[in-house]
Amino acid sequence: MAEPPAPLLPRDRTAHPVALDPDYKTSVARSPSQPLLSMESTASEETGPRFGHGVIDPLDNDLILNWTGGAAPALGERILVHGRVLDETGRAVPETLIEIWQANAGGRYRHVKDTYFAPLDPNFGGCGRTLTDAEGRYRFLTVRPGAYPWPNRGNDWRPMHIHFSVFGHAFGQRLITQMYFEGDPLIARCPIVATIKDRGQIDRLVAPLDMAMARPMDHLAYRFDIVLRGRRQSWFENRPEGM
Amino acid sequence: MAEPTTGLRETAAQTAGPYVHIGCLPAAAGLGDVYDRPLGAAPMSEGAAGTRIVVTGSIYDGTGWALRDAMLESWQADAAGLYPGQPGADPAVGGFCRFAADAETGLFRLATIKPGRVPMRGGGTQAPHIALWIVARGINIGLATRIYFDDEDNADDPLLARIEQRPRAETLIAQRTGEGTYAFDVRLQGPGETVFLDL
Ligand SMILES: [Fe+3]
Repeated sequence: MAEPPAPLLPRDRTAHPVALDPDYKTSVARSPSQPLLSMESTASEETGPRFGHGVIDPLDNDLILNWTGGAAPALGERILVHGRVLDETGRAVPETLIEIWQANAGGRYRHVKDTYFAPLDPNFGGCGRTLTDAEGRYRFLTVRPGAYPWPNRGNDWRPMHIHFSVFGHAFGQRLITQMYFEGDPLIARCPIVATIKDRGQIDRLVAPLDMAMARPMDHLAYRFDIVLRGRRQSWFENRPEGM
Repeated sequence: MAEPTTGLRETAAQTAGPYVHIGCLPAAAGLGDVYDRPLGAAPMSEGAAGTRIVVTGSIYDGTGWALRDAMLESWQADAAGLYPGQPGADPAVGGFCRFAADAETGLFRLATIKPGRVPMRGGGTQAPHIALWIVARGINIGLATRIYFDDEDNADDPLLARIEQRPRAETLIAQRTGEGTYAFDVRLQGPGETVFLDL
């Protein structure tokens, strides 16, 4: 990168959840009350860590097998999760790292702090990672995570979901989100989902069943596309041919 | 004015939740060494040029309680102010580090090198700083802030200069506590609230 990278497009905060939402109780004491300080991005936000294929092992994107190193498959409904990572200008984001983590098919996380009485699956760890290809495509094999209860209001349950962490190519593009599953009645009841006030933005977190990518007698498929912040284009780059 | 785009909107963030460590810091979740090569274990390797420093602190919520479940990521330039990937950057500086608030005490610790001044587009420089990103249960979109240093010349830094309430700039400045050691606490809300960034 001989040229300094172009500034990032300012973040459209209306695309995101509000910081404070009384229905998500933990957010009440953990949300800043002062406005964010806005200015144009600098090199500190426009650059970011890059991870190559050297860090990824072949089973890292197969959560059905990675916990046992291929010895025994995890319990649950086998699914492929796939999609593309683009930026706001519609460009593919190639070779970027995606990490995922999730509960097992019974809704239990393999984490020292998860005390839900649904059992651990000895064959399931619940974490994976992959790099997007040259067109921004990614894929994971996993099992569909179970819904689980959590202490918030009297009887709150998380819809089935997979946590996603995406890097992009700039530290200012860093994003953590969650993918939900088409048709889950708990989505509409979830106070964490409801921290997003734009209905269309919620809908984009709900992955549709994708039978075209399902594999007969093996796994179903869900598609989840992700959009990261874009960079400002110089005017002449965007000028239509001949103008 | 904004340039024309294809009209795509950024995907909405959601909280990283209490179990973020499973995906990002598996050892901190009790999963052991899931990956041969965990990411961001250190921001530099042996031969990195520059002064070794250690920054420690806590992240406090609006009640004054230190978060025990936060994950932090840092990104910084090398001692010459160059980011990894830029021509001439120190190959021993990866720049990226990932660390967790301690599950018992809430303390975090970043061992790194002091970054240099970073050139600005159109001239001038930014004072030495480390970009910090904080996620946790109850934080609906990751919070960005910066660590500056009280033993550097911060006078002309363009970001610090934009903070209207001057005393609030202090929330971004780590205090030197000894030879190469600094204290930097984050306050999410209320008195002494840290300045969070939208860049
Ligand atoms: Fe979860």
